[in-house]
Formats: sequence, C-alpha cells, structure tokens
Amino acid sequence: MTAASRPMIEVSGVSKYFGSFRALSDISFTVNDGEKVVIIGPSGSGKSTILRAINCLETIDRGRITVGGMDISDPKTNICKVREEVGMVFQSFNLFPHKTVLENLTLAQTVVRKRSKKDAEQIAMELLHKVNIAEKADAYPAKLSGGQQQRVAIARSLAMNPKAILFDEPTSALDPEMIGEVLDVMKTLAIEGMTMVVVTHEMGFAREVADRVIFMDHGKIVEEGTPEHFFTAPSHERAKLFLSQIL
Amino acid sequence: MIRLALHLPMLNSQSSQNQIEVGDGAAIPHKSDAGLFTAWRIAFFGAIVLCLFLAFGRPDQYMAIFMFIPDGILVTFKVTVGAILLAIVFGLIAGLGRLSNNRFINGTASLYVEVIRGIPLLVQLFYIYYALGRFVKIPDILSAIIAMAFCYGAYMAEIFRAGIQSISKGQMEAALSLGMSRRQAMSEVILPQAFKVVLPPIGNEFIALLKDSSLVSILAVSDLLRRGREYASETFNYFETYTVIALIYLILTLFFSKLISLMEERLNDGR
Ligand SMILES: Nc1ncnc2c1ncn2[C@@H]1O[C@H](COP(=O)(O)OP(=O)(O)OP(=O)(O)O)[C@@H](O)[C@H]1O
Ligand SMILES: [Mg+2]
Repeated sequence: MTAASRPMIEVSGVSKYFGSFRALSDISFTVNDGEKVVIIGPSGSGKSTILRAINCLETIDRGRITVGGMDISDPKTNICKVREEVGMVFQSFNLFPHKTVLENLTLAQTVVRKRSKKDAEQIAMELLHKVNIAEKADAYPAKLSGGQQQRVAIARSLAMNPKAILFDEPTSALDPEMIGEVLDVMKTLAIEGMTMVVVTHEMGFAREVADRVIFMDHGKIVEEGTPEHFFTAPSHERAKLFLSQIL
Repeated sequence: MIRLALHLPMLNSQSSQNQIEVGDGAAIPHKSDAGLFTAWRIAFFGAIVLCLFLAFGRPDQYMAIFMFIPDGILVTFKVTVGAILLAIVFGLIAGLGRLSNNRFINGTASLYVEVIRGIPLLVQLFYIYYALGRFVKIPDILSAIIAMAFCYGAYMAEIFRAGIQSISKGQMEAALSLGMSRRQAMSEVILPQAFKVVLPPIGNEFIALLKDSSLVSILAVSDLLRRGREYASETFNYFETYTVIALIYLILTLFFSKLISLMEERLNDGR
C-alpha cells in the first residue's frame, strides 16, 4: 500500500466523559488519505464513541479532531460541511423507513448537495447497481433483509461522495449468511481507494483489508500496528487475551 | 365533561412499529376489540333508529326540533374542525419547543403546556374569549375556535413531543451524518414518521374536542347545544330537545370515531 502522506482524519489527545465516566482518554491517531484503519476492542472500550466524535455526533471534552483540515471543535466550523465529507454506516442501518430505497439515496443529494432530482436518481441507480441491489430501488426498507439494508445504507452514504467513511460494526446486526455480501461491498470500496475507518469484530476482514489496526480498551489505544504484527505478535497482554477470546 | 388531565401517550418500547398507546378512553372502535365493535354498532344504529322513530313517530313534538337545529350542527362542525387544525399548529410548535435545546424556547413552551393544562377548559374559554374581545374585534366563532385551539394545543404539544421522541435516535443521526441540518432532518426524516405515530392520538383529541365544543354554547356561539337551548327556552320542551341533542352528539362522535379507525387501518395497511 502506498501510504499517502496527506492526513484525512487527525485525532489528537481526545478525551470524552459521560458524567464522571471517562469513555475516551487521550486518544490520538491519524488516518491518511486512502488509508483503511480497523479499530477493534472489547465492548465498552470506546470504539463507537470515537467514531461518533469524528462525525460530531458526540462532543469531546479535550483534544482536537480535524477532518480534511477542518477543526471540528472550532465553533466557527460548519459541522454540516464536515459531515458532508465523512459518511457513516451504522450497526442498525438506520435507513429512512418512510422512503423507498431510491428515495433514501436521493434525499440528502437533493436537500444537501442541491442536485436535481434527475441527477440524484441517476447517481442513486449507479450506486445501487454497484452494491447489487438495483432491483429493490422502489421497495421500502422494511421489505429488505438486513444484508440488503446495510448495502443500501452504504450506497446512501456513497451518494454524498464522501472523502472518508466510518463504519460502526456494520455486520454485527446481521445473520451470518449475510455478513459476506456486506463485507464484499466494503472490500470493493477499499480496493477503489476509499478512506475507511472500520470498527468490526470480523478479524478476517481486518487482516485482509486493514493498513493499520488499532486496539482499544477502557477508552485508551492499547496497541496500534500493521495487521501482520497485531495478529501474529501483539505486544500487550490485553490484546493477546482479546485475540485468544475472539479467534 | 371538562378534562383536567389527559393520560400522556406512553412510548411503547416493546413494539418495533413505533406506536404510542393512549390511556384516554375515547372509544375508537377497532376490529380486534370485538366487544367495543359490537357496542359501537348497537349505539350508532340504535341512535339513528331512535331519531327516525322520534321524528316520524312523534312528528308533532320532535319534527320541529330536528328542523331547528341543523344550523347548530354546522357551527359545531366548524368550531371542531377549525379548532383541531389550529391546535395541531399550536401543538406542533409547542411540541418542537419542548424538545428544543434553547432554554428560552423550551421554557416558554413548557410554561404554555403546564399553565394551560392546569386550568379548566371552561375557565380558559371565558378568559381567552373575553381577553381577545378586549383587544381585537373578531367574530365570536373565531374567538371560540382560537380559545379551544389554544387549550387543545397544549395537550397536542405533548402528543407531538412523545411522537417525535418515539422515532429512534438513529434516524436523526443518520440524517445528520449525511450532512443535513437539524431542521432538514426534522422536516424530511423525523416529522413524516412522527405524523404517522401521532395520528391515532390526534384522532382521539378530535373526538374529545367535538364533545368539548359544546362548551362554546355559553359564549355567543350558536352551536348544536345552544340551538337546542334556544329552542327549548321558547317551547319549554326541555326533555325532548335535550334528548335529540344528546342523540345527535352521540351519532356524530360515533361516526367520526369510525371514520378515524378506518383511516388508521388504511394507514397501517399502507406499509
Ligand atoms: N450516551 C452515553 N451516556 C453514558 N455513557 C455512555 C454513552 N454512550 C456510551 N457510553 C459509555 O461509554 C463507554 C464506551 O461506549 P462505546 O459505545 O464507545 O463502546 P464500544 O467500544 O463501541 O462498545 P460496543 O462494542 O459494545 O459497541 C461504554 O462504557 C458506554 O457505556
Ligand atoms: Mg459500539
């Protein structure tokens, strides 16, 4: 992998409290343009919180996060603009149930990007083909399987032409037989050079796709390195223990 | 007759279909509730048959009453529909206000809801009616509609608030993460879903309002009840007149309950 040197997402010294509980403590990492970073760690270690913080869904108490050069903790920054540049895919899909698959993809394009309905629909159809679900364009999300819904959700975030996409356990809510179809779409994106930050328990995916693996525990980054290093010779006890439990 | 408290719509956390249950007992008949369904039929058709019987079986006493009051039905209808539409507007604004992060907006909306719900409807009607009359010259029926709507808006606000809160947080987050502003997310994603949820309780409010609209008869508004009083005070046929008035209210309420339950069924079949 060519490690492009331009930083896309920079997290430095970030701490986050929920009341007196410290969910993130002094987190720092950088994701360069085109890089794929996989975050793993036990439940409650702060993985979702850091992703949500990058997308401004969660405020931070200390530190700095910049996305594409924009400082998101600076009150002068237009948060909507930041979110336009960074897509997010949720564990629970969060498709809009009152809209068809096609409308799910066109809504933000027309409302936010101000594209014409026709352009938006054309882009939407191309993306639906890409994630292999074009035939369901006029269906409502409730009629789709979990795997199909998640592929639509990925297409929906792609429709905004994001510079990076954050995935929060995109396959955790899926039946085992549907995990593959979603991971395949994500692998395609990875090959095409999308900048990705993925929280997942799919270790096969991490090994295959990640440029870097970040292991979190109790709100801290415990270990960070290449997948080869992390999976074969993790240096920390907790990482070893976690791997022995999950593999 | 005057409701001092409406059981707040409860979030039904088990149901994935986002429905809120309302404890208020406006009897909207549902196919699943067989007992109520039968009761509805008996009451509705019984009332109609009784009206026909009185009008044609005892024409000398009753026909004149039936001829006298239709204007009143129209006024009752106008007040009810006008007030519910306006109450929806008030309720939506106040409901959104109650969810606002802005302290001032939130505080104002909460104050409105608390104050209004703490004062009996009849007292408010008098108060708003005469307060309005002091400052502006508007038709009686319009002041009555505004007064009713102002009161019902407070109950409606709680319905909208609960309806909006019943939409899962993920919906707002998904909309925001696509770059939508809060306002866009609310109008494009949250409210369209919330409207479906609040429709049944709003139906209940409509029925309650139809009944409470009889209170405007003490203002100078010639609704169904007032027309009845006018007729009775001329003819001294109090018993006959109020029998007819009661039957007509019953028929109206039952008719609209049915209509609303049919609408709900439609809506649920839709998707
Ligand atoms: N809104 C909140 N209020 C209070 N505590 C919270 C909130 N959100 C998260 N937490 C706590 O912060 C910690 C980190 O949560 P987070 O969701 O980031 O964990 P995670 O690593 O994503 O776990 P999982 O694998 O279960 O998704 C947890 O202990 C959680 O209970
Ligand atoms: Mg999580």
